[in-house]
Amino acid sequence: MTNSNPHEHNHGHDHDHDHDNDHDHDHHPINADHEPESDDRYLEQALRELLDEKGVVTATQIAQQIDIQDSRTPALGAKVVAKAWTDPVFKQALLAKPLETINRTFDLTINTPLELVVLENTPELHNMVVCTLCSCYPRMLLGIPPAWYKSTEYRSRVVVDPRAVLEEFGTKIPTSTEIRVADSTADVRYLVLPLRPKGTALMTEAQLEALVTRDAMIGTAVPSIGSGLYLNGDG
Amino acid sequence: MVKLGPPEAHCRTPTYLRGTSGEVVELVGHYHNPSLLAFHKPGLPKVWLYRVRFKQTSIWDQYKGSERDCVMADLYEHWLMPTKEQ
Repeated sequence: MTNSNPHEHNHGHDHDHDHDNDHDHDHHPINADHEPESDDRYLEQALRELLDEKGVVTATQIAQQIDIQDSRTPALGAKVVAKAWTDPVFKQALLAKPLETINRTFDLTINTPLELVVLENTPELHNMVVCTLCSCYPRMLLGIPPAWYKSTEYRSRVVVDPRAVLEEFGTKIPTSTEIRVADSTADVRYLVLPLRPKGTALMTEAQLEALVTRDAMIGTAVPSIGSGLYLNGDG
Repeated sequence: MVKLGPPEAHCRTPTYLRGTSGEVVELVGHYHNPSLLAFHKPGLPKVWLYRVRFKQTSIWDQYKGSERDCVMADLYEHWLMPTKEQ
């Protein structure tokens, strides 16, 4: 979608489809043969075809958006975190101007009117992210949020008793560490920069990358040796 | 302090923070008004957005965690008012 699309600017902070969209289904409208039919799917198909017919968005634009969404996975966030752990100059730039720095460093063109803020964990401060109002999520870096992130249970409990929620994720944060829950209420999306785990001084950036889980960047987990997207280490 | 007003059309001020006091930690920027955007209006005039930090113990009487724990939220100016002490 381009800025010339009159419908685009009306979305405000919603550009990344970040909120209240239960249309978070897998976005396979183009080849929906294997999907079970449901009222939602009929509605989605009718709306999509109507938009296409009226020239609001084309099928190609929709396909492009699906490609963009699919290209954003927690692996991208993990790259950013691992680089921040190993490159102090990058980290400083990342904290100051997150998206600009990420685009420049990783040769990306993440283009969103939303702002990204990186929340750095320290031994004294543990950040975690929620959107109590809907499901705002740093999609530009992590892709589609997990189902639990959008659940009423997580969204309501994490601001009331974050430590109990963390424990359910198997994460224990000492009481001497402040827990700061960032509620993504408006135009800003938050990404947690977790603490680099102990015992990783000799690891390469690529090895570190494999320790950074999606949950660690939401703040419900902390990375450790043995955590990671690629548990078998063959990334 | 966060106002206790009724919710707007596309309200970005969570209910649990209304009527509580926090500390403004940052002026985030100047944004289109989300409640007007929700009606496909241009969202003007733009509204100022503040990052506000609330102590958990000032939101919940029976907060179980640490005294230091906080919630941080981004709130538009028309939802905020100065606390009495100021």
